[in-house]
Amino acid sequence: MSTRTSILAWLLLTGLVGGFGAFRLTSRDQTLYLPDQTSHGHHQIEMACASCHTPFGGVKDDACTNCHGEQRTAADSHPASKFNDPRNAGNLEKIDARRCVTCHVEHWPEGTHREGHTMPVDFCVTCHADVGTERPSHAGMSFTTCSDAGCHNYHDNRALWEDYLKKHLGEPFVLASAKVLPRGVAMVAKGPKSLAAKDQDAPRTVAFSAALVSEWEESAHARVGINCSGCHGGTQGVDWVNKPMLTICAGCHTEQNKGFGLGKHGMRVAAGLGPMSPGLARLPMRAEAKELEVGCESCHGGHSVNARKAAVDSCLGCHDDEHSRSYQRSPHFKLWEAEINRTASPGTGVSCATCHMPREKSSSSAAVVVQHNQNDNLRPSEKMVRNVCTSCHGVGFSLDAVADPELVRHNFAGRPKKHVASVDMVEKRAAQGKR
Amino acid sequence: MGHSKAGAMVCGAVALAGVTAFGCGGQGGGGAAAGIQPQQMADALYAVIAADRATYAGQVVDRLVKENAIKATERFKEEKTLPLPAQMLRMGAEHAQKTNSSFSYALLSQWPINQQNKAKTEAEKAGLKFVAENPGKNYYTEEKIADKTYFTAVYPDKAVAAACANCHNEHADSPRKDFKEGDMMGGLVIRIPVNK
Repeated sequence: MSTRTSILAWLLLTGLVGGFGAFRLTSRDQTLYLPDQTSHGHHQIEMACASCHTPFGGVKDDACTNCHGEQRTAADSHPASKFNDPRNAGNLEKIDARRCVTCHVEHWPEGTHREGHTMPVDFCVTCHADVGTERPSHAGMSFTTCSDAGCHNYHDNRALWEDYLKKHLGEPFVLASAKVLPRGVAMVAKGPKSLAAKDQDAPRTVAFSAALVSEWEESAHARVGINCSGCHGGTQGVDWVNKPMLTICAGCHTEQNKGFGLGKHGMRVAAGLGPMSPGLARLPMRAEAKELEVGCESCHGGHSVNARKAAVDSCLGCHDDEHSRSYQRSPHFKLWEAEINRTASPGTGVSCATCHMPREKSSSSAAVVVQHNQNDNLRPSEKMVRNVCTSCHGVGFSLDAVADPELVRHNFAGRPKKHVASVDMVEKRAAQGKR
Repeated sequence: MGHSKAGAMVCGAVALAGVTAFGCGGQGGGGAAAGIQPQQMADALYAVIAADRATYAGQVVDRLVKENAIKATERFKEEKTLPLPAQMLRMGAEHAQKTNSSFSYALLSQWPINQQNKAKTEAEKAGLKFVAENPGKNYYTEEKIADKTYFTAVYPDKAVAAACANCHNEHADSPRKDFKEGDMMGGLVIRIPVNK
């Protein structure tokens, strides 16, 4: 082959490869540039490269905190500011704890551990090797117990403190006061009064069934005066929309939408990738639900806006893992049935949402809001003890229960076979006369 | 490095203003420029920190506790109480570190409740010992940490109220249980990077 032909062939090949690469770079499908499988937390948004990366491939400074900022600042005992103090320069030489990517490397499935960190699992010991000397009660404990015991979590120490454990010594496995917070009003009432079917204001040109109007009439929306036009438009200057966008719901349900966008159900929408679908999930999902698109309506229903349906039936309509499948055989479900059948007091039933979308109050005077980020208290699951389990159960029992993977898999049908020593340690210190 | 009494607060305040005005002590930069010495800056910072701390302890914590309005406790977030004065100082230090990393400060002790607050460097050890043995005097030195040189000042920290001593005496993790009001409990360490 002549030199000229070789050069032409090389130019052609380079052009083809470059052109294909450029074409794929601008297409929605970015799999060509996906170096390896992403973690359980990010696989849904792995096609939204710009969520984490700069145009040239580096990781943005604020890539992690844009989504995880609030969770990290809730009770972060390892903020970057602590490591910028020269006193901690020695620790920084071991682990540069100022950077998220030091401990959380993406696209590295074989190196990613349970909670999404990519440090060796004994990383706590790197800086806290002398904990056994400083706190004799901790001497001889395995490095894996730091977080397993529910006491310590690198970023979010909302879990448990010694003083807290001490206050809850000797509690029974079910508390006499077992009940969750009453659900608050989900939104501020916009309308002047409760509406009935005769008040509906859909334009005459729009076809709809009486059943649908009836559903709405029974709903919380009608009770607080939200008419058809409130969600669908159809008034002067506003087009009628058959399927209102998520933003319409978000207009009133700001807090719920914020949580939704941070959790597994809404993170794709928040990243501009369109709605999540069970077919895209890594967790086992029901075959018949795989094409469903996850939005407010998919769980709550379009017109009934049914929180009760959303709390159990909607979850089980998609989720098909052992924990979910076992729920209807669990003592929690029996309590839920009793509440639904009004043979037990409101707040005594335990639905999927009770644990995974708990009712929260940000302060004493704040309204109770349902946390729509179902991951907020799930990883690590010990976080659930404080804001969910202990509404009904003693702290010691709760710690043991979430530490038993078999019990979790069977949705708490039975008693824990594991025992966490945290409460015993506090009891022992108290018996020694220490505070 | 010599040892001298803390003072010259007006000068210190001017120095601090000067530091800001001349922009020295910026991110990764040195602490001294335009005639402002690190010691002046450290003394000025100490004056502000000590003043804020005394005001918080006296005008907020002590006053409200005496009025039975609210308590100050270690788990102030979950118990919906006031942060202890020492916690207030530590939170301020972390906040300052986020906005200006040209200096750092920490409350340390030879008998800390939290072992993270014991002396780590030789300068800290010498400083805490010095302020404990020389009432009314500060300790100034230079030290090298991870190839960076710092001007390090240690100021005495006394139990200004009986509550400080009582809290430390009663705490399960406190290695010393015989503090009295007015006792030296530790030291405030201020560190400023210097160009060397």
